[in-house]
Amino acid sequence: MNVLLDYLPEFRDGFLGTLAITASAALLALVLGVLIAGFRVSPVPPLRAFGTAWVTVLRNTPLTLLFLVAFFVVPQILFQGASPYVLGTLALGFYTSSFVCEAVRSGITTVPLGQAEAARSLGMTFSQTLRLIVLPQAARTVIPPLSSIIIALTKNSAIAGAFGYGELFNVSKLLNDRGYPIAWIFLWTALAYLVITFAVSGLFRLLERRLEVAR
Amino acid sequence: MSGASVLYDVPGPKARARNRVYSVLGALAVLGLIAFAVLRLDAKGQLDPKVWEIFNYAGVRTGIRDGVLTTLQVFAVAAVLSLALGLLLTVARLSDHQPIRWLATGFIELFRAVPLLITIYALWVVLLSNRDALGLTGSQPQFWALVAGLTVYNGSVQAEVLRAGINAVPKGQREAAYALGMSKTQVMTTVLLPQAIRAMLPTIISQLVVTLKDTSLGYIITFEELLYTARLMSTNIIVNGNDTYIPVIIVIGSIYVAMCLALSALANWIERRGRRARTGIEVAPAAEPVAAADAAEGAAAPAGTKD
Repeated sequence: MNVLLDYLPEFRDGFLGTLAITASAALLALVLGVLIAGFRVSPVPPLRAFGTAWVTVLRNTPLTLLFLVAFFVVPQILFQGASPYVLGTLALGFYTSSFVCEAVRSGITTVPLGQAEAARSLGMTFSQTLRLIVLPQAARTVIPPLSSIIIALTKNSAIAGAFGYGELFNVSKLLNDRGYPIAWIFLWTALAYLVITFAVSGLFRLLERRLEVAR
Repeated sequence: MSGASVLYDVPGPKARARNRVYSVLGALAVLGLIAFAVLRLDAKGQLDPKVWEIFNYAGVRTGIRDGVLTTLQVFAVAAVLSLALGLLLTVARLSDHQPIRWLATGFIELFRAVPLLITIYALWVVLLSNRDALGLTGSQPQFWALVAGLTVYNGSVQAEVLRAGINAVPKGQREAAYALGMSKTQVMTTVLLPQAIRAMLPTIISQLVVTLKDTSLGYIITFEELLYTARLMSTNIIVNGNDTYIPVIIVIGSIYVAMCLALSALANWIERRGRRARTGIEVAPAAEPVAAADAAEGAAAPAGTKD
């Protein structure tokens, strides 16, 4: 019980660390995911192939392997001396982007055909159709799966702790090393994750209600 | 496919010309990325034939083979146990006795909400500190912590998938079975579960892909599965003064991707076959459920016969 009170600063730092890496990885995943989804529905074959390869490879690779790549290969061939925060964000963001891409792509298919047809008959180009007509409408159907993806991302961020980034898993390991009973550490960490995931799903439900539109 | 046709017409001559230009530019951009990666790898001496020769050594090959076998072993045990647990939790969650229902719901919600790594780690610590009492030796604490963690997490998810499947069975089936005088157990085992499992098989197998990928968490609790073996090999084998992370990771990554793709292909094949049959129960899509909540919602939605 008193493990939480004794180590409140550590728990707080871990909590904030989890929040920080989840947020930055989510941002990276959203940007990359929407971009790759655009590739996958574009009329340009090489980009479509690139998008397909991206999703296939990243979705079928264990996240732990991506972390290994980020922490041992990326510093070797790209930039040396990047912090665990940056490398962890890269691994989590790239992995999650493939799920975001698939969610966005299936969201695009739910937009009624007539919408894109009308946009084209007004003389809009592909990118205008996508940007102004289809994506804003697709966004609404994408919100529920996106919420699940972000929650999964929050839980996946625990792996960053195993690679030396200070977040909740990292803190539980630290406190266990100091001899505190694992059951209490487990319960408090579980509670912390519950707080984050509830907040995320609440936020997305709010967003969903705001953007709701009769179709 | 359908996504593409929504966004653009069959291109005319002008659009075709433009698309060709974009294709060339896109191809150049993609090739440029690949070339950049290759050049960087080359600059670091990672494309030297000597680096890749390590796979000619019997030791490296047996290492990889043993890693694959250990991974498959963990996967097999965890898959069977998680399916059994999932079945048990589903039945418990649909039980008529409130305490059992509550217990099952609490179990499912707790283990779905906690990151799998933290569950595995906690189990590992518990098993390690009770190692002698439990009679575990060698790497058995790691093995069982990994298997137990995978089982409780994926069992909880599979339970939600199965529950969605049972909810998708038309109500009349259950009513007809009771009308015939079947007992609760009979209704569940001979009427509801077979249909639910059949409808949910693609999603169940897709969740097994997740289980297979998650075996790599064993790396973090120092269990010698494929990833850990790879890590050990790449730090130990030094070529030209460099560790051999890059070639080993490329090979190991391809093995993981191939294993997962084979399993996903099975899920897709079953989905296609299921669509052919006319049972009146919608077959769940084979897409990987990102989170369990997603699986339950996504599966229940198309069937539309929730009660």
